[in-house]
Amino acid sequence: MVEFSLPKNSKPTKGKTHAAPAGAKNLKRFEIYRYDPDTGANPRIDTYDVDMDSCGPMVLDALLKIKDETDQTLTLRRSCREGICGSCSMNIDGGNTLACLKPIEDCKGTVRVYPLPHMPVVKDLVPDLTHIYAQYASIEPWMKNDTPPPSSGERLQSPEERAKLDGLWECILCFCCTTSCPSYWWNGDRYLGPAVLLQAARWINDSRDEATGERLDNLEDPFRLYRCHTIMNCTNTCPKGLNPAKAIADIKMKMVERAG
Amino acid sequence: MTQTAKPADRPLSPHVFIYRWPLASLLSITHRITGIGLTIGTLLLTSWIVSATHGGDSYAAFTAFIGSPFGYFLLLGFSLALFYHLCNGIRHLFWDAGMNFEIAQTNSGNWLVLSGTVVLTAAAWLLALM
Repeated sequence: MVEFSLPKNSKPTKGKTHAAPAGAKNLKRFEIYRYDPDTGANPRIDTYDVDMDSCGPMVLDALLKIKDETDQTLTLRRSCREGICGSCSMNIDGGNTLACLKPIEDCKGTVRVYPLPHMPVVKDLVPDLTHIYAQYASIEPWMKNDTPPPSSGERLQSPEERAKLDGLWECILCFCCTTSCPSYWWNGDRYLGPAVLLQAARWINDSRDEATGERLDNLEDPFRLYRCHTIMNCTNTCPKGLNPAKAIADIKMKMVERAG
Repeated sequence: MTQTAKPADRPLSPHVFIYRWPLASLLSITHRITGIGLTIGTLLLTSWIVSATHGGDSYAAFTAFIGSPFGYFLLLGFSLALFYHLCNGIRHLFWDAGMNFEIAQTNSGNWLVLSGTVVLTAAAWLLALM
């Protein structure tokens, strides 16, 4: 359902302002979405002035500096700090990306930090991904085959067959793309969204997988696949430079090809 | 012990109004809006034909309405919507064939569609008014 305004309990209010320590000269202002599940109050936008002279270059550095030095209650997911774990995905400066890969200097003026858009919020910058993970499981993201492996023990691929997985296997499931997609916002209960469909393409394109027909059957649905209207937000926002929109178009073409 | 919010009570994170919309997504919603506009515009076209079947008086009344500044405004909107929907529709054909998905191609496609709309609309009006 298209619904532009937020539910009553979700409208952010103005929060606290945390000034930088006295003497700090090179300040950058961060406005960060906060939600505390223990109080039952609406989310709020807190303001933090951060001293850039003693801060690392990325938005994640600033968030961790705030957590370490100013406000320990700030809650976020992070792990690898180098764009490979996909944990610190959030909305920064209006676009979904990984906080660890987003340079602060790329954000003009105040840096606005929100959780991934149109998601239930567990706390602060931590969205509830349960539904997306269930959708991921629904495409059965593992190798499926009926034939026994060759006597050598390995199912081999030619370099050309392996190349068909490039641009797909690199996905780290940060869900920046899925949560940037207006179609997913309005129909996420049934539409699988770009990240899960890109993963579906990863298995459909795998020459060793023998369940291609079954996988396409599972996607042939007005909602699961065809809510994609090529809005291109997914490809425009992917922090890994992948192309979910193209992966989805490839699945749609496979549907047409098999229909003959 | 504090009462933690149950999953059902979790707030929904902000979306439409905090997102920095790429041009491509704005053009996508414009495609839909012009599609709706064309449906209404087709009613206008139909009423022109219907007015003719009702005799000279009603036809004259319709042409007077469409010849008024407001009528021209409607026609301008109709022609813009028509050519935008046409140009962007051609772009969708390329996308449906799996082409032009790179970000650079999408960006140049944005401007091709927009300039195509302006050029075709201007050409149609030049032809009509000359």
